[in-house]
Amino acid sequence: MKFKSLSIFLIISSFFLTCILSIWKIMATLQGLSFNNLNITTIFLIGILLSLAFVLIGNKINHLIKIFLLSFIFSILYFYLNEASPYWYIFGTFLITLFFTNKLKKYSMQSLKEDFISEKIIFDFITLFGIVFFAFVILFPFYIMLITSFKTQIALLVNPLDFSLDFTNSLTDLFKSYFVIFETYNFGRYILISSAVSIGTVIVTLLFAIPAAYAVARLNFFGKNFLSTSILIIYMFPAIVLVIPLYTVFSQLGLRNSIFGLLIVYTATTLPVAIYMLQGYFKSIPKEIEDAGIMDGQNWFGIILKIIIPLSLPAITSVALYVFMIAWNEFLFSLMFLDSPKSFTLSRAIQYLSGDAETPRQYLMAGSVIVTVPVLLIFIYFEKYLVSGLTAGSVKE
Amino acid sequence: MSDTLSKLEKRTAYTLVLPAVLLVFAIVLFPIFANVWISFKDIELKDIRIPEPRAKKIVKPISENQSELKIIYKLRNSSLIQEIRNVQFQDKFPTNVSPINLDPRCNFQSKKVVCNFGNWQAKFRENFEITIQNNNGEIIDKKIIKSQKPILSGKADNPLLTTNFTLENFKKVFYENNFIELLLTTFYFTFFGTVGAIIFGILAAQLVNQKIQGRTYMRGILLFPYVGPVVALAYTWTLLLDPNSGTLNELLVNFNIIEQPINLLGQKYITMSILGFEFKLRLALTTVIFFEIWRYFPLAFLFILARLQAIPQSLYEAADVDGASPIQKFIHITLPQIITIISILFMIRFIWNFNKFEDIFLLTGGASGTRTLPINVYQQGFAVSDIGTGSAVSIVIVMLLLSFMVIYFRLIGKRANEV
Repeated sequence: MKFKSLSIFLIISSFFLTCILSIWKIMATLQGLSFNNLNITTIFLIGILLSLAFVLIGNKINHLIKIFLLSFIFSILYFYLNEASPYWYIFGTFLITLFFTNKLKKYSMQSLKEDFISEKIIFDFITLFGIVFFAFVILFPFYIMLITSFKTQIALLVNPLDFSLDFTNSLTDLFKSYFVIFETYNFGRYILISSAVSIGTVIVTLLFAIPAAYAVARLNFFGKNFLSTSILIIYMFPAIVLVIPLYTVFSQLGLRNSIFGLLIVYTATTLPVAIYMLQGYFKSIPKEIEDAGIMDGQNWFGIILKIIIPLSLPAITSVALYVFMIAWNEFLFSLMFLDSPKSFTLSRAIQYLSGDAETPRQYLMAGSVIVTVPVLLIFIYFEKYLVSGLTAGSVKE
Repeated sequence: MSDTLSKLEKRTAYTLVLPAVLLVFAIVLFPIFANVWISFKDIELKDIRIPEPRAKKIVKPISENQSELKIIYKLRNSSLIQEIRNVQFQDKFPTNVSPINLDPRCNFQSKKVVCNFGNWQAKFRENFEITIQNNNGEIIDKKIIKSQKPILSGKADNPLLTTNFTLENFKKVFYENNFIELLLTTFYFTFFGTVGAIIFGILAAQLVNQKIQGRTYMRGILLFPYVGPVVALAYTWTLLLDPNSGTLNELLVNFNIIEQPINLLGQKYITMSILGFEFKLRLALTTVIFFEIWRYFPLAFLFILARLQAIPQSLYEAADVDGASPIQKFIHITLPQIITIISILFMIRFIWNFNKFEDIFLLTGGASGTRTLPINVYQQGFAVSDIGTGSAVSIVIVMLLLSFMVIYFRLIGKRANEV
């Protein structure tokens, strides 16, 4: 029994170590180091030795001394069995091993006798592995996007794996792609259009949604239930089935290639979810506060303006941010409705750029960074609001 | 008293709701019904403009004598398929200028030439000429004549509103373009995209729900793919997966994992042999599905995490006392608690994925076996520019969606009764 749990422990922990060291090696390769072999078997075997040494030593020496000693020996061994590599790489390996051995802290020959220990080991390391895996898989494309935008065409052709940044040159060289897309491709204008459309959509949506949500939440009228269920059903209907009729009608009305037309469509498509989110919050406001307002002789508009809106500012903020992100990221309608570069939004402009096979990829990535950064900044800064908005917006719990 | 109050309440309610309802009706509901209409019409992208009479004015000197000028109007019907009725023409001239030998269809009154051209057939073209002279024999300024634009008017039917219908579009949808494969591709994409996103969502939620450092940061990072703009993310992936010096292929070749770069987005099938069995994998479709999972598992993660955090900790403590293993705890405590949210997520993601257009369009454009129904709407309507057929595909989508929703509400209704 103990042998089984020990071997599971050794294999799983060593597997985890191999994974993080491989990721480290891949990242180092992308800094221009020329490794041609992941050496998985070697790492795996010395990883097993490391874990074995760890549990065998147990509590005989101080934990800190133990992990430093083991990591040091491991790094030296690793260094000898690998290709020649610079010191920063070895140091990184040392730090990772230190992190790994520190995670082993709770295991000893004693703890391997516990109930269900093999399941617990698997769960523990899958958790660790999962976090590293998810973080890597998610951040890697963003990393590539950002770094590519700072590279030059020639550097990318010479070594497509070299993602190191050259800081010896001037900043102008580093940000060259950004200068080019602003000067040659007019991205300043597209940023303005995108911002105008998105902010406009937020304002108009709130203007329409707040009164409607208030009525749905508070007032009794014929067709109310029908309205609140149809809101959800409409939300489910996809943009792609609206595109052809809207295209034809907008062509005849001359609304294509106009920011106003885009604004109407964005507002209408985000209204259902905005109403749905807001009415849920309005319902949670105690009715007595409004009754006090009625006593003071306020009419319905006064109540909305002076009581409901101030009280539900968090909900309104999250709706506003959510709508802003939808409008900013929207692509389908801008693809269909805009074909003159004068009225492009950022997303459409990037797609237009990519249509030309000659466009160097670093320009495309610089554009992508420009369209992504505002959304991510807003998201990071207002995460709480947005998360509550996202959860309220999509599913009724 | 209360009666008048409730009347007032109703009136207020309608005033508050009406603007939003009207807007949504015009932009969302109306097009869905308009699709039905368009799908029965034989109409192409270039036909959707209402036919207009058009004229291009060319001014030519006749001789040395600059007091006489010839004006040629190139008249045409802008539509290739529809006639324009009762075309009226009007052009203005400066004082002291008058036409000679005016066409019988026209007359000259108070400095204006007004003509009645009658009906123009589809594709109608005519070069209409007027010769003008200055009554005092002075030179006529060509620029002034040219700057004056003629005004034309006529009556034409809106090609969208005529009442000739056809079933051709639906025949095209069902019998041409391999409808069965289209449907299968759509279902593969939708099903595996949904299931994959939910599985990864459960995994990620399970991870983040543990007591680890930097949990809130992790939650934020996990949501990045969902909040990022699809255009930027899709192009980044295209760059990563590119067979010519794309990062992924370069890495795999560099570490000798593969010998040749694989065109992950441009190759329809790849033959794989596992345990001696050879089978073909839809490569491009699989890649697109992975992108879809990558982009949408955060949403599943968010909902499942919210549900996990609401599970009372005492349940797990009780299980610990009973000596349950981690797997038992997951199966008997966690899973029953999240099964409702998973089924709701499944349905919602299924519907959304079924309608997904942007992701596939940006990654492959619908090539190499990734053509789904929404892509087909675009291809028919805008690439082939046959909007009638495009609408017919939209109708197919709407019908399928409605049937999903009926099934969904049946199932959820039952579940609600059970609980």
